[in-house]
Amino acid sequence: MSGMVATRDAYGETLAELGAENENIVVLDADLSGSTKTALFAKKFPERFFNMGIAEANMVGTAAGLAAVGKVPFVSTFAIFATGRAWEQVRQSVAYPKANVKIVATHGGVTVGEDGGSHQSVEDIAIMRAIPNMTVIVPADGPETRAAIRAVATMRGPVYVRLGRNKVPTLFADDLPFVVGKGCELSAGDDLTFVTTGMMTAQAVKASEILAAEGISARVVHMATVKPLDQEILIKAARETKLVITAEEHSIVGGLGGAVAECLSECCPVQVIRLGVRDRFGISGKAEELLKYFSLMPEDLADAARGALAKR
Amino acid sequence: MKEIVAQLEEKARSLRIAIVKTLHKSQSGHTGGSLSAIDMITVLYFHAMRHDPANPQWEGRDRFVLSKGHAAPAQYVALAEAGYFPREDLMMLRRLGGHLQGHPDSKGTPGVEVCTGSLGQGLSMANGMAMGLRLDGRENRVYTLLGDGELQEGQVWEAAMAAAHYRLDKLCALVDFNGLQIDGEVARVMNVSPIAEKFRAFGWHALEIDGHDIGAIIDALDAARKVAGQPTVIVARTVKGKGVPFFENKASYHGVPPSDQELPLALESLGDNAR
Repeated sequence: MSGMVATRDAYGETLAELGAENENIVVLDADLSGSTKTALFAKKFPERFFNMGIAEANMVGTAAGLAAVGKVPFVSTFAIFATGRAWEQVRQSVAYPKANVKIVATHGGVTVGEDGGSHQSVEDIAIMRAIPNMTVIVPADGPETRAAIRAVATMRGPVYVRLGRNKVPTLFADDLPFVVGKGCELSAGDDLTFVTTGMMTAQAVKASEILAAEGISARVVHMATVKPLDQEILIKAARETKLVITAEEHSIVGGLGGAVAECLSECCPVQVIRLGVRDRFGISGKAEELLKYFSLMPEDLADAARGALAKR
Repeated sequence: MKEIVAQLEEKARSLRIAIVKTLHKSQSGHTGGSLSAIDMITVLYFHAMRHDPANPQWEGRDRFVLSKGHAAPAQYVALAEAGYFPREDLMMLRRLGGHLQGHPDSKGTPGVEVCTGSLGQGLSMANGMAMGLRLDGRENRVYTLLGDGELQEGQVWEAAMAAAHYRLDKLCALVDFNGLQIDGEVARVMNVSPIAEKFRAFGWHALEIDGHDIGAIIDALDAARKVAGQPTVIVARTVKGKGVPFFENKASYHGVPPSDQELPLALESLGDNAR
């Protein structure tokens, strides 16, 4: 359980494997197959790969049509285009009829880096989560991405999977089963709980290690599935630790932090601190610099925990 | 052929009556565009398409996507007439508890293949169906009916580009060219003409017909079946509100159902003897 893998690489490799196992899988991309890694599938199964050009709305609608005749379409492009440009097609053509379409978008969040605010999707989790019938998954690392892609390929119905551009630390073992809708505890703790998704889970694990050295015991709950939210693991953590800090590479409006706050305010009111992009657009820079700029480094998470605990 | 045309004309007349009665009962829905499209829908469901109302999921069926989903009453009366569901269901159009949603919903209505209603999306879905069926080596044809105002949506042209690029020759799009949209004349709101030339420039085979001439609709659909290597569009010149003189060519009847006062007059003009 070590090393660094980009979730988009794990996706491309898994998709190419799945292509051999299920001949109903078809893949659509919008001129970004080299970046989303669907090019691996395209090379192995050219007849089942459709490059739709730079036309995301039509790509999503076409996928809905393919699903309507029994295919299992995987649709890939950058997160900003899959969810933003084609939002209403995702709503009307995919989610409303419960079409069996898998939208797997790469380049989510600010770690897109140098391309800047135009390409850094910080709203996609929120806008996909708002659509009925939609499942939203943000894997933490390479192995979890593999397992999640295999899981969504066999489940029926619309799914949005958000992946990243850069290599991220591996947290999970290979061949771990992925259960849609289940969170998991990566580190035990009683003083507070970090609830995180995607690559921020690795940051939370590091933050918990920093805090442990100071005698602060932080639980880390990884929410790979943001919708449907695992309320059970969340409420248990809130009840037992009384302080929840969410962290995501996404706006604090409507994403994981929003989902957690909605759940806990109704079911187990405790203090919830949302860490993420604070209702603003991204900016150009290197990924690591941007994580510092947006206060999403392990030390930032630890600071938030110290601050909240000091006020008790 | 003459006999077939006469039968289909009579079928279309009875479906116009059903549209008027259904929309009067619901007091909500789109009259003009349902009446302009019904001749094409009649020929599709009762002549051109292979389908089995007793088995809506039959693999050998041709597909139909009503991209101009607001003409749902026209599709619903055809589906009921064909036997997909009881005619009485029409009286629950747009009502809570009925399955006939304001715009076509594949989840609840037998014979409806996808969800439409937000304009501009049906051609993309029809493309996807044609691509998927071709992958399976099937010969099924895919039909989709678009409005002329709908052509203002950019997605239509993304889809038009893709259908030609992927040489979807089992795909046939029909454009209900009635010249009116909610805010007025299409040519004044946002001109889409020349329609056939645009599709030809995108790589389609394009035909232009009178969309109320049953024989011409049959011939055009037959001609489309013979086209290889490219999709076909049938640009059908129609009259919004066709069949009821005081509805005809009026944008004001786009989304307005017949009133109590208008109902008997409308039925009379359609020759409804059973009322």
